[in-house]
Amino acid sequence: MSYIKKPRVHHPGLTRNRLGLTRRDYEGTMSTLCAGCGHDSITAAIIEAFWELEIAPHEVAKTSGIGCSGKTPTYFLKEAHGFNGVHGRMPSITTGAHAANRELVCIGVSGDGDSLSIGMGQFAHVVRRNVDMLYIIENNGVYGLTKGQFSASADVGSTAKRGQVNREHPIDSVLLSLNLGAGFVARSFSGDKEQLVPIIKAGLRHRGFALIDVISPCVTFNDHRGSTKSYQYTRDNYNQLVYADFVPPAEEIATSIEAGNMRSVQMHDGSRIAFRKVPEDYDPTDRDQVYSYIRGRQRAGEVATGLLYVEPAPRDATDAVDFHGIQGTVDEPLSHYPFEDLCPGAEALEKLQKRFQ
Amino acid sequence: MLKPTDTRNPDHYHRVVDCQWGCPAHTNVPEYIRLIANGQYTESYLLNRKSNIFPGILGRTCDRPCEPVCRRVRLDGEPVAICRLKRVASDLRDDITGFLPAIPEERNGKRIACIGAGCASLTVANDLLPLGYEVTIFEKLAKPGGLMWTNIPEFRLPAKVLWEEIDYILDMGVDLRLNSPIDSLAALLEEDYDAFFIGSGAPKGKELNLPGRWDSEQIHIGIEWLESVRFGHIDKCGDRVLVIGVGNTAMDCCRTAQRLGASDVKVMARKTKPHFKASPWELEDAIEEQVEILENHSPSRFIIEDGKVVAMEFDLVTWHPGENGRLRAEKLGSKIIECDEVILAIGQDTAFPWIERDIGIDFNKWDMPIVDKTTFMTSRPGVFMGGDAAWGPENIIWGVEHGHQAAISIHAWCEGRPLTDRPPEGMNLISQKMGLHEWSYSNDYDEAERVKMRHVDLQERFKRLDIEVEEGFDIEQTLTEVERCLNCDMQTHFEANLCIECDACIDICPLDCLTITHNGTEEEVTRRLTAPLLNYPDQPLFVSEALPQTGRIMFKDEDLCIHCGLCAERCPTAAWDMRKSDLLVPYAGLAAGELHAGMSIMDLALNGGTAGGELAGAGAGAEPTGAGTG
Repeated sequence: MSYIKKPRVHHPGLTRNRLGLTRRDYEGTMSTLCAGCGHDSITAAIIEAFWELEIAPHEVAKTSGIGCSGKTPTYFLKEAHGFNGVHGRMPSITTGAHAANRELVCIGVSGDGDSLSIGMGQFAHVVRRNVDMLYIIENNGVYGLTKGQFSASADVGSTAKRGQVNREHPIDSVLLSLNLGAGFVARSFSGDKEQLVPIIKAGLRHRGFALIDVISPCVTFNDHRGSTKSYQYTRDNYNQLVYADFVPPAEEIATSIEAGNMRSVQMHDGSRIAFRKVPEDYDPTDRDQVYSYIRGRQRAGEVATGLLYVEPAPRDATDAVDFHGIQGTVDEPLSHYPFEDLCPGAEALEKLQKRFQ
Repeated sequence: MLKPTDTRNPDHYHRVVDCQWGCPAHTNVPEYIRLIANGQYTESYLLNRKSNIFPGILGRTCDRPCEPVCRRVRLDGEPVAICRLKRVASDLRDDITGFLPAIPEERNGKRIACIGAGCASLTVANDLLPLGYEVTIFEKLAKPGGLMWTNIPEFRLPAKVLWEEIDYILDMGVDLRLNSPIDSLAALLEEDYDAFFIGSGAPKGKELNLPGRWDSEQIHIGIEWLESVRFGHIDKCGDRVLVIGVGNTAMDCCRTAQRLGASDVKVMARKTKPHFKASPWELEDAIEEQVEILENHSPSRFIIEDGKVVAMEFDLVTWHPGENGRLRAEKLGSKIIECDEVILAIGQDTAFPWIERDIGIDFNKWDMPIVDKTTFMTSRPGVFMGGDAAWGPENIIWGVEHGHQAAISIHAWCEGRPLTDRPPEGMNLISQKMGLHEWSYSNDYDEAERVKMRHVDLQERFKRLDIEVEEGFDIEQTLTEVERCLNCDMQTHFEANLCIECDACIDICPLDCLTITHNGTEEEVTRRLTAPLLNYPDQPLFVSEALPQTGRIMFKDEDLCIHCGLCAERCPTAAWDMRKSDLLVPYAGLAAGELHAGMSIMDLALNGGTAGGELAGAGAGAEPTGAGTG
């Protein structure tokens, strides 16, 4: 009678991807978040993106920290590897996972509290280490799980549910990560899957660190008049700065797009991002210009969205300076090595220690 | 631009309840199934009786127009066993005589004559007696019931069930004249009646005028033969029986022959299985009894020796698509099949030798009386017609619905009101929210397969003609089957002005019924749907008003919705709500949702007379259209 599971019965027209899986096969368990939570829409977009990219769930590692966002990996890809870590420590866990197995597709889901308050240090370092992961911040401007206090992303002048006004300056994850050298920076909105799904796909295919900050309204504590993270406010001030289509390696870019208004950016794996309707004075590959442009839009009271910045792939893929390149790690996942190689025994340890004596 | 759907029009939500929409009498199937699930068998029976009059009979014999359209068919291929659940309500009910409408002491002085005591006339009597009418039924046979009695064998419909339900009506005070064939309608019209209802059925079996047809006593017309068996005039038959035709009457004939001693029964079909007229389940039951069905055998002559049929010759044919989409037969050869008895079951016709052609009743070129499809009146004012008599053979549930509609007309006729002003249907729409995640009904999708009816052992059932083959559902089977019902009357009701477009409903819907998109032409919008339309325009669509934040629309394809209520559970603003749509059907003297005076509290509850409901009506709403003498 109450809180039934989502029935398995599905539409007979549901299509299968090349792995023989339907979109429903990429779902997780039922969400226990509040009805109407933006996070659930992001979950649906993640499901759609993984299904479209035909990524096998068991090749994915999904990680999270604490907060409403921390719960969400349970709701997608039930057959993926998962780790729900300590508050703000998702970046370290993901770094570890990817260090051990570079073949994993890593997706970390965090929140504005988890990333910009307690996990701020971790966030900064995972960006500069350029760990090959998709980092999603489900940004609602409040601590939802502790009843709606302002988070570090709350705008000056925005009000809490009971009317208190926030006077502390916000941390903007997009500007911050641009500063820290992130090669893929996007902002989107949980209520706009048309925009969000292609960005997630591109983010998953980007080699290195990819950030998507998704405005994700908290229906329970931050969806009122006076909030700058509500459904209404976001829609009223929405500025879809650039339209980005993700084009897999084998496909042609649709020719209907006006050439003068389009830019195509090559990615490491041969796929491309086709930017459309880009403003004339905007270059999504020019970090400094993007930074100041977004600052300008913010001053004008707009929520600038889209795949805002992407670092073009170097001509020679071996030049890529992601985490593995910087650290000089081995090419093969550690799990592929025989146990004796990974743990050569006490004698080898002694030998090693002697070198430091 | 798509126009917003008017959900206040009772038709919209009625269409979503496929079974109720498919039932000619609009029986409230989901509600009666819930009552069964709740152990309220008497209530369930009474709810059935309100619309279909004969739940016990129909729970065994209905042609089930509700089942092929059941939503479960589109999801897992098998409909809910709606018909046999109805039988459960009938089998397990308590005495209901106290809940039948009271008959007023003082009559209204109007007298109605009905011809034929079948389902249509009995329904007319059922509807008019509580209003104070005097109803006389003329029946040519020695028993009432029409084809329900003469043509449905007792191994499908026990006599006790039949008489009990007929007696409910007769006991309301019908003036039943048995053994009273009407030989002249003109003479009857002379008598002192205010209106006449012809419910004389389609009592004439079709002939097969092939060589030898009239040279043997062992060649029978199916419906006449069944009638003779019913009255005990025939109690045995030959060893080898050929049944010509493959409709439901043929099925009753072959199975009856088996019980009268035949050991080799063949049903001879001219075409192939997809063209058989018999209902699939009746075919199955005959095949289970080892009746052989031969396809592509077209009869050409009877072979008679010494005044006895000894064999029949058939053309062996194959079929090709011909002109106008009709099939054309090609003869491949011929075959003689030996037999001791032949039963012709190739259809039946109406027969009106007793209606004079000069009394103002017009006949068409097929010699069928012209009857108005809405008012059920013939071209002679005051003479009404329904059941098989009106438009040829249908099944009981159609006869019942004709009876209801004719009764409405007769009542209007006797009160001098225009017959074309039909009383409108109404609708109650009531929220079913009981708690944060709790609905008044069992909303989870149950993956159980359709329960199979248990049959009496093959040896055992042939011992007597009156051993009912179907055993009915036991409690466990019933509890499984009721959960298969999707409660399609629990409507997903949407209020656009409350929607904040959070997408929660879109994401959770297991069947991808929902889409939020920009409005446009039908072609544009349907191209952008979450999942493609599979059964449009058979299945209704819902289009909301423009949504407040973006002006887009909420679009729902009702086709595959399992009414799980998850959209409403995940909706933060209650823009989606699960509301029970209760279709209010008018009857003679009763506006939609109105009750006979003195009806019980139990019946009040059943009629959806719950306070707080939103009463919506088509056109003028649910205003009473007649004074109602009851």
